[in-house]
Amino acid sequence: MPRDFLEGAKDEYDVVVIGSGLGGLTTANVLGRAGYSVLLLEQHYKLGGMATWFKRPTGHIFDISLHGFPAGMIKSCRRYWTREIADSIVQIKNIRFDNPMFSLTTTYNRDDFTRLLTESFGIAPEAIKSFFETARGMNFYDDQSTTTGELFEKFFPGREDVVRLLMEPIVYANGSTLEDPAITYGIVFSNFMSKGVFTFQGGTDRLIGLMQEELINNEIDIRIRCHVDRIHVKNDSVAAVEVNGRTIRTRAVVSNANLKTTILKMVGEEHFDQSFVDAVQETRLNNSSTQVYMALKPNERIDESTGDLLFSSTAREFRTDLLLSRDISSRTYSFYYPNTRPNERPRCLVVSSTNANYKDWSGLSPEEYEASKQDLIETTLDAIEKYVPNMRERVSHVEASTPITFEHYTKHVAGASFGTKFEGLAVSRDLPEQVAGLYHAGSVGIIMSGWLGAINYGVIVANAVDGMLMKSAELPNPIAKESISNS
Amino acid sequence: MTPAEIRNEILDILEDIAPDEDLSGLKDEVAFRDQLELDSMDFLDIVMELRKRHRVQIPEESYGELASMQSTVTYLEPLMKDLQKA
Ligand SMILES: Cc1cc2nc3c(=O)[nH]c(=O)nc-3n(C[C@H](O)[C@H](O)[C@H](O)COP(=O)(O)OP(=O)(O)OC[C@H]3O[C@@H](n4cnc5c(N)ncnc54)[C@H](O)[C@@H]3O)c2cc1C
Repeated sequence: MPRDFLEGAKDEYDVVVIGSGLGGLTTANVLGRAGYSVLLLEQHYKLGGMATWFKRPTGHIFDISLHGFPAGMIKSCRRYWTREIADSIVQIKNIRFDNPMFSLTTTYNRDDFTRLLTESFGIAPEAIKSFFETARGMNFYDDQSTTTGELFEKFFPGREDVVRLLMEPIVYANGSTLEDPAITYGIVFSNFMSKGVFTFQGGTDRLIGLMQEELINNEIDIRIRCHVDRIHVKNDSVAAVEVNGRTIRTRAVVSNANLKTTILKMVGEEHFDQSFVDAVQETRLNNSSTQVYMALKPNERIDESTGDLLFSSTAREFRTDLLLSRDISSRTYSFYYPNTRPNERPRCLVVSSTNANYKDWSGLSPEEYEASKQDLIETTLDAIEKYVPNMRERVSHVEASTPITFEHYTKHVAGASFGTKFEGLAVSRDLPEQVAGLYHAGSVGIIMSGWLGAINYGVIVANAVDGMLMKSAELPNPIAKESISNS
Repeated sequence: MTPAEIRNEILDILEDIAPDEDLSGLKDEVAFRDQLELDSMDFLDIVMELRKRHRVQIPEESYGELASMQSTVTYLEPLMKDLQKA
């Protein structure tokens, strides 16, 4: 008999959360803390979704998506999680760029960028100031007709080098391009510029462990290896979820799973207006990623002056489509020194990340796929030589992940790393108008992605669910309603 | 609750949300955002706190009413006048 991962689960909950990415975890925590009964269902054997890690017997622990996030995480973790989590967030100060146009090191905040743009790029201080103010004043409901490319053209006409400095890290942070609405760039860029780039001391495993403890404190029923197949709808309202052969009743479902899968597969088109289904079909997914994980031999050390984050590129020009090409010219290296995990065995690791197209990796034969992966590893080891000499002799272990890997572990369509393009946000937000009690909280619309975006969107959705549940509790009960209409 | 009591309640919520801010010199007619470092998540927290404490529901279309202390109290008065001060 296979093990029953739902053993002891109740037949009904106030809220069922599908998926334990940072968005799902946060929604579950906020609602559990407010006193609702919450069931959290995760198909994988680990919580965290893309916020994940893996261990190797040599004492190395690799983080997948812990490269950096904005200072806003401190406040969000303090409010919606715990003081201990918030207090573990530390700044990383050594951010490097190296490409044919420029090489520089920065703390990646407004003051330092103002200095660089003035001194090294010769931009007038007034132009820099008004660019920063414009970006900072952006709201997600603002004008969407201006593109990021147009925004740059307005403030820094013809300055491809400035565009590269301002844009490259954001392309890595959320997959946005020069053709996307300027607000998707401005909001995320300003979040970073307010104070710089931060990381979580102790690594992703510690963060997710602390979150799990807090969920247990708040009496959330957590179940791993529970893949939700269907969301049942009755009379235009959610009624239940179908998971591991059981049907569990609920008043609200919050899906942290992929937006399109939630609507088209778990609920089914027939429960939505045709125009809404069209909008879902037209919603574009964001790109995927590849990564190469390099473990240095236990006694090998990389000098910390190498940097924390290094945006490297050999491409002469800056084009966002080049950043996606299988013919990789741009890589972001994250360097992890022993102080990333002060309580573990001291190790140095490097993760090289590149944005990628799913179609470059799907449809390959097993042999072609393995060969392509090996090529990714070899070319990355060649490329990093420039920054870490003799890398090949110093590593004890190297492996790679591809869009197929991300798809496999998170079930995101096409291995999408950052949810959907901007139009997905409206689809996600309009869900409860189509089916009462149905919500989506997870990376979507570019701005609601990344660790901070996913957590904050989780709170926004928890607020909406709380409002709905409270309102429905105030309605007269159905029997009372019936007797009124009968009289 | 009287307008003065509502104002105090909002101040109390703000103290929790922005513990590092000095609220003693707050100008009621000036937007919160021009005096305090508040972002959209902070306004959401005010909404959530009001619902938790007083079961007052503020629909998203009305979040703009929370721009300043004055506009907040004016907006909340009809919703909270029948509530008893805790
Ligand atoms: C390579 C890479 C690097 C990144 N680097 C950074 C970074 O440095 N900084 C940053 O801020 N962000 C980074 N991100 C983005 C960030 O990790 C994500 O935006 C964020 O973690 C997504 O959270 P989420 O809530 O949308 O859920 P996800 O992480 O997408 O999780 C969804 C969860 O739902 C589960 N699920 C799906 N279907 C079902 C089902 N049917 N039943 C049950 N469970 C289901 C999945 O297993 C998964 O656990 C990176 C992403 C990638 C891929």
